[in-house]
Amino acid sequence: MIIGLLILIPLVGCAAVLAFRSPAVSRALALVSTSVTVVLAGLAVRAYLTSGAPLTFAASGTVGAFLRLSADGIALPLVALTAVLSVVAVLVSWNAERLSAHLALLLALEAAVMAVFLAADLVLFYVAWEAVLIPMFFLIGGWGHEGRRLAAMKFFLYTFAGSALMLVALVIMVLAQGGHQMAPAGTVALGSREQLVFWLLALGFLVKVPVWPLHTWLPDAHVEAPTAGSLMLAGVLLKMGGYGVMRLCIPYAPNAFLASAPLLAVLGGVGIVYGAAAAFGQSDLKRLVAYSSVAHMGFVILGLASGTELGMQGAMLAMVSHGVVAALLFLLVGSLYERAHTREMSAFGGLGTSMPKWATVFVFGCLASLGLPGLSGFPGEFAAVTGSFLRFGWPVALVGLGVVLAGAYNLRAIRAVVHGERTAPEGTAEAGGHKHLSDLVPRELIAIAPLALLIVLLGVWPRIVTGLSGSSIADLVAILAGVR
Amino acid sequence: MMRVEMLLAVSLLVALGTALAGARAVRVTRWLVLAAPLLAIITGAQHLMQPAGGASPEPFFGLGQSGAVAWLAPGIMEIGPAVDAVSAVMLLVVGIVAAMVVIFSVGYMAEDRSQARYFALLSAFTGAMSGLVVARSLLELFIAWELVGACSYLLIGFWFHKPSAARAAVKAFLVTRVGDVGLLLALALLWKATGTLGLAEVMRAVPTLDSGTTTTIALLLFVGAAGKSAQFPLHIWLPDAMEGPTPVSALIHAATMVAAGVFLVVRTWPVFEASPTARLVVLVIGCVTALGAAAAAIPQTDIKRVLAYSTISQLGFMFAALGAGAWQAAFFHLVTHAAFKSLLFLASGSVIHGSGTQDLREMGGLRTAMPVTAAVWTIGIVALAGIPPLAGFFSKDAIVDSVLSAAPVAGVALLLASACTALYAFRATRLAFAGTFRGAGHPHESPLTMTVPLVVLAVLAAGLGAAQAWFAHIFGGHGELALPVALTSTAIAIVFGYAGWKVGVPGQADGPAAGAAPWWGFLRSGYGVDGLVMRFASWTERSASVAVARFDRAVVDGAVMSVPRAVRALGAVMNGMQTGEGPLYASLTAVGAALLVGIALWMGR
Repeated sequence: MIIGLLILIPLVGCAAVLAFRSPAVSRALALVSTSVTVVLAGLAVRAYLTSGAPLTFAASGTVGAFLRLSADGIALPLVALTAVLSVVAVLVSWNAERLSAHLALLLALEAAVMAVFLAADLVLFYVAWEAVLIPMFFLIGGWGHEGRRLAAMKFFLYTFAGSALMLVALVIMVLAQGGHQMAPAGTVALGSREQLVFWLLALGFLVKVPVWPLHTWLPDAHVEAPTAGSLMLAGVLLKMGGYGVMRLCIPYAPNAFLASAPLLAVLGGVGIVYGAAAAFGQSDLKRLVAYSSVAHMGFVILGLASGTELGMQGAMLAMVSHGVVAALLFLLVGSLYERAHTREMSAFGGLGTSMPKWATVFVFGCLASLGLPGLSGFPGEFAAVTGSFLRFGWPVALVGLGVVLAGAYNLRAIRAVVHGERTAPEGTAEAGGHKHLSDLVPRELIAIAPLALLIVLLGVWPRIVTGLSGSSIADLVAILAGVR
Repeated sequence: MMRVEMLLAVSLLVALGTALAGARAVRVTRWLVLAAPLLAIITGAQHLMQPAGGASPEPFFGLGQSGAVAWLAPGIMEIGPAVDAVSAVMLLVVGIVAAMVVIFSVGYMAEDRSQARYFALLSAFTGAMSGLVVARSLLELFIAWELVGACSYLLIGFWFHKPSAARAAVKAFLVTRVGDVGLLLALALLWKATGTLGLAEVMRAVPTLDSGTTTTIALLLFVGAAGKSAQFPLHIWLPDAMEGPTPVSALIHAATMVAAGVFLVVRTWPVFEASPTARLVVLVIGCVTALGAAAAAIPQTDIKRVLAYSTISQLGFMFAALGAGAWQAAFFHLVTHAAFKSLLFLASGSVIHGSGTQDLREMGGLRTAMPVTAAVWTIGIVALAGIPPLAGFFSKDAIVDSVLSAAPVAGVALLLASACTALYAFRATRLAFAGTFRGAGHPHESPLTMTVPLVVLAVLAAGLGAAQAWFAHIFGGHGELALPVALTSTAIAIVFGYAGWKVGVPGQADGPAAGAAPWWGFLRSGYGVDGLVMRFASWTERSASVAVARFDRAVVDGAVMSVPRAVRALGAVMNGMQTGEGPLYASLTAVGAALLVGIALWMGR
């Protein structure tokens, strides 16, 4: 029942926001419904940990036959992540234009993403997957920056093309198993079609992750999206790809997965190095963060490809961590853009003096992004690298280059923006002989607080995530061991 | 017994509290920062006061399993603190130096507006460094290893408005990170080979590994150690790290963090013991660094850069000892070096505070203006040069003796390095303290908060040699002087010390003889290694990464965007046919019909 509410509450909130439309009421409704969803996600986690069995929900009737939900250790960390980031997204959209439409789209997005993570039915999964595109398309197209039209189209068509392939695979799967429920692993033998199904599914998922070289929709979409859009896009939507691999690719096509694992690992490894190098070469701060997502998601693919428990736990940790860290960095870049109307790093300098709070949080976020132990980035990346080293050996050492480059682009951003002499872009108001940029306001600090807290908690005690995902990932490892 | 967990928790809480309480409360909070160092001293001392100093037969001591918790995932990668005699000694070193540095900083940083950030970072560093030395598993050690690196980054860049400081901070972090990748791979390989990262378990498993794996692990560990301990060619970050406040240089870049590499090798000694190849590499790198850096220290004009190169060189001595198999000698030198080098750095801080410059050419005559500083500096210099009976003499003697017997060529290299050490030490001393003041303003002695820590450290730098027998009792190794070596190295120190005094003539900063300027400058630049590496780094930043970014737009994205372009082009062709002209449609229909008939006929053949 709880997991049904995880989808229903945001939907109800969405409808209510559209019904009232006054800014104050919209804000309150959006904040309440996302907060309630956080509580529900917490209850779901607790229920799962107590019972040890996946939570399920099934409706009846013709339509209800498709409404089958399930929440296990793979879904729940991402469900909780979605719930938390949705609250943050509402807080950063506080003063958006056409506010109630914006908030309604965010709530619709949350519901759709929840449905992706909770679906236990192949048709529902596909419908939810496509439904995610719609609110995000409008968020980018309606509230984005200068290049929003092209970026929104590119985002939509690129990922839509991927999911069209996925649809073919889902049709084959439904026909093969004679039903549309997700079947327990090992019960459906796809036989000679397994390889085909795997690649059709994987293409849809890998575009979403995005894996190199299918990533080029991402920088445009992230940069042009409004802050809340980038935050949800990087924080939650990319994880749908990694989730899909764990939820469908491995259980339905374990042989094909094992056969393709070396290739996936190569793509992940290239993504780590290439994404970091490209991030290092950016002059636009938001584009830098966008490319860093390519690198971070490379660790997810690398860990998954290892097929080891350690590597897959690492992938899960890296997904949750990247969700929180990318959200924090996009939030900060967004708040800087609101004040200065530019994101060019060369326009800034010495923000450590003029915006000390912003600068402190930014340094914190960059340290988390470069994988400093004690913060959330390290455990996942460490586990992904070690896990894939177990499987693939020395070639994995090459991602070390990405580790160094991650330090380089993050510290370069700090040096350019936070350190140095005080400078602010043209057109910024002057006060006391210096161009004046106001520091973070309480609303922004409140939005930052849960993210910062999670970054520390996950870094100090990663078992918050791995304890939740442990048995489900052990099941995946067992599936792979069964066919190896 | 003091719980180590409490020490770690207190250091972090104090750091957090100091940072949040901000500038207004710093007059109180800066004294609270003493809590972590004091707890470290107490913890270390309590352990050493056990029978036989809590010694155990192996250098990685009785780090058992009790109290360990799986950190990464259920059943995977256990961590937990553990104290043995080596970590207890390290706790004492960290605690004493940190305490002196905190007290010294109260005076040194009194005028700084960002003191709260400074003292918070000091507390965090002390906690992280303590965590490093009490780690039970290599994973835990690695976590602390990175955290001390982050504190170092933040403190080197403390005066971040100075572009040179911001640059130096980034450089320090990235160069050591190159080494850290080696350490990370060592961990991955160990996990694959032994299925554990617990120090005791790993060391127990070493004899079961084949020699290739052992050597690879040892070399990867050494890459990490070389990065942290500034060994050639990863030494280039340390001279620049002097951009940080001077007390930080004393704590992090002289006594504790840079010695972590030596500590790592000591801690994983069975791996190195099992691999003669790896030991040979360590020996060679150690000797090259010891000699190269000592020579590079001679022509420096910045008092802190003299000390920075000196630190690199002294760490080279320690690695040479490790390479020769004498880990006890290396560890003893780590301890005495911590005392006399932190003394020298703090004394240089006092000099900078009192004279307003860190350029040796602008100093002079400080002996009269700053008598206490001059006295303790001299003690530090004599200890550094290895002149009896001060501490450095005993530990360096043990190193030279063991290296000479392991590899005579290497031993000679170290004797040459000792000669250079005496040379730069006394040259700098004469330039700073003898003669008359050449700078602007009036130099003055520093306040008590600064001179008291100096005196405490001077006592240690002078007297720690007496601990050699006790050290040998706990850790093994030799506890008495090797007389021929001792006499030779003392003679070298005195002769070259005198030569250094002769070279230290004001106005001859570019070399004692005409025509010396080119090689003097070559030495001063650290043989141009730094320039080469920095040119590569800036090529990466300005050209390579930008090229990747452009490639991504033009080629990878270009390929994708060619799809809609192709679709549009196709659409345009089709569109062009919709002219509304009957004859065109009619002729196209005729062509189509003919084609269809043709196909039908061909198919039905």
